[in-house]
Amino acid sequence: MTYHANEKGYYGEFGGAFIPEMLYPNCEELRSNYLRIMAEPSFQEEFHQLLKDYVGRPTPLYFAERLSEKYQTKIYLKREDLCHTGAHKVNNTIGQILMAKKLGKNRIIAETGAGQHGVATATVCALMGIQCVVYMGEIDIARQAPNVARMKMLGAEVRSALSGSRTLKDATNEAIRDWINNPVDTHYIIGSVVGPHPYPDMVARFQSVISEEIKWQLKEKEGRENPDYVVACVGGGSNAAGTYYHYLDKPEVGIIAVEAAGKGIDTTESAATSALGKVGIIHGSKSLLMQTPDGQITEPYSISAGLDYPGVGPMHAHLFTSGRGEFISVTDDEAMTAGLEISQMEGIIPAIETSHAFAIFDHRKFEKEDVIVINLSGRGDKDLQTYIDYFKL
Amino acid sequence: MLNSFQHLQNTMNRINQKLKEDKKLLSIYFTAGYPDLNDTVQVIQDLEKSGVDMVEIGLPFSDPLADGPTIQESSTTALHNGMHTELLFEQLKDIRKTVQIPLIVMGYFNPMLQYGVEAFCKKCHEIGVDGIIMPDLPLDVYQNEYQAIYKKYGLVNVFLITPQTSDARIREIDEASDGFIYMVSSASTTGAKAGFGDTQEAYFNRISEMNLKNPQVVGFGISNAETFAHATQNAKGAIIGSAFIKHLTSHGVGKIDEFVSSIR
Repeated sequence: MTYHANEKGYYGEFGGAFIPEMLYPNCEELRSNYLRIMAEPSFQEEFHQLLKDYVGRPTPLYFAERLSEKYQTKIYLKREDLCHTGAHKVNNTIGQILMAKKLGKNRIIAETGAGQHGVATATVCALMGIQCVVYMGEIDIARQAPNVARMKMLGAEVRSALSGSRTLKDATNEAIRDWINNPVDTHYIIGSVVGPHPYPDMVARFQSVISEEIKWQLKEKEGRENPDYVVACVGGGSNAAGTYYHYLDKPEVGIIAVEAAGKGIDTTESAATSALGKVGIIHGSKSLLMQTPDGQITEPYSISAGLDYPGVGPMHAHLFTSGRGEFISVTDDEAMTAGLEISQMEGIIPAIETSHAFAIFDHRKFEKEDVIVINLSGRGDKDLQTYIDYFKL
Repeated sequence: MLNSFQHLQNTMNRINQKLKEDKKLLSIYFTAGYPDLNDTVQVIQDLEKSGVDMVEIGLPFSDPLADGPTIQESSTTALHNGMHTELLFEQLKDIRKTVQIPLIVMGYFNPMLQYGVEAFCKKCHEIGVDGIIMPDLPLDVYQNEYQAIYKKYGLVNVFLITPQTSDARIREIDEASDGFIYMVSSASTTGAKAGFGDTQEAYFNRISEMNLKNPQVVGFGISNAETFAHATQNAKGAIIGSAFIKHLTSHGVGKIDEFVSSIR
């Protein structure tokens, strides 16, 4: 039994490539080349050199002493918030921009919700001198102005997605439509472990540097590679996929996924896909998604713009339905409270996405000897206004 | 279980019969429940009366990846009007009392999956729908999981090809098809490009020279008499979608014959 993708991009029953024929050549070109390109020594060398010198890896694995004391267990934080651009997203965009170059593409498109992936994409495009177009929902453009400005300053063109609900899922639709209209010169950098095969697997592999580092860092600190639990928040699920990756097939390591319950899973304002979703097709992949009984994809809600995606990546859908992963839903209020706590106990202001992961201690008890690694996926600068409004700071 | 007589009837369904006619076929796509929720049946009836050969009934979807703004907006409106799968089947239940031309349901796979693929096909069969186009249901998944169901209910599955589709894959699709091949004219979403250039010319010729067993019907980029004539030089027919939706948006359902007579 493996929890990795098979050669057709399936995680159990989830994944695959449910795409219109117009996208088949694009995806096929990527599918038939990505593993070979990623295995090339020149690719690996450039990828790791950029992760080291440009992104600032390895990111520290930090023992959170005060937090551990409070919750009577051993808590380590994987500091992805210290990556260049402020989150794990850049691990993937570095990998994909190198992939695009190897495939001879000279134009990059991306979708973004809160703007983190858009900024990470605009950053690597500036680094490589490649044209960049980022699709962003009209509503998100209005509420994430600083990230829009960052992308523009980095030289990217930000295009407003005007269709549907004008948020992340619609930005993704627009990016896919752009790719249909520009199949030859353009590479689409998807920001999460979603989309048609090979994207979920490719993005997970680029993000797997997170768990690769956790292994040797934990060995140094605890004398063992395997923690008892790895914990991450899940929207689409890229930081989680990177955190779990090298532990997926190690049953002794517990996998905990934290979803955004928004105002509660018994309300209409939630993004907890495992609790509220059903099997279906979203953005070219079979997964769990929030939808009407009629199969129309619904608009999720979370206070965190990075978690309000109506689906999860197929890896996570499989972790959930197989029981390999433990899924916990955390409300806006619980996440905000946890974010404030980590700020004041450890001196780290986390992204609101990440704050969700810190709220698990309200939901679950751990043993004193347990070693828990939480992925601190991003820093909270981008969310300052939301924190200010929420806490009336 | 269908008996062999019914099965024989099904294999010669209206699509196959229509494709045998010695003429270039005009097929029209429209979104069910648009402009108004209960316009669906009248649009189909008027299209037939106006001389259209085949109709694609669009089942609206919240996230239509392959469609440009015109069809997206019509889908959003139709959903807002209250259109859904069961209601479409309800609206169509007596359609065969008045309409003889082939009818094809076109949409995205998720609503079909939620309805249940077999239940969906059974309903289509009962109503007298002849074929299904689900652009995001891939060839291999169709063959492995659903082909037997489509066959059981006598439904023709229509696959798309594009200028980027390789010869080898076109052969595979031709082999898997038993009606016609939907030939997307250019690398685009619906309604994106008007008219045809040298790239399309070369593509039309390439496909024509492949001597496929299934006839081809061209779609995307056809909006008037000129593009219809051009597209059907080599192909058996052509499909108009966005241009017809625009006509409905401007003129409502009253002047469908004017649109159709402007094409040929």
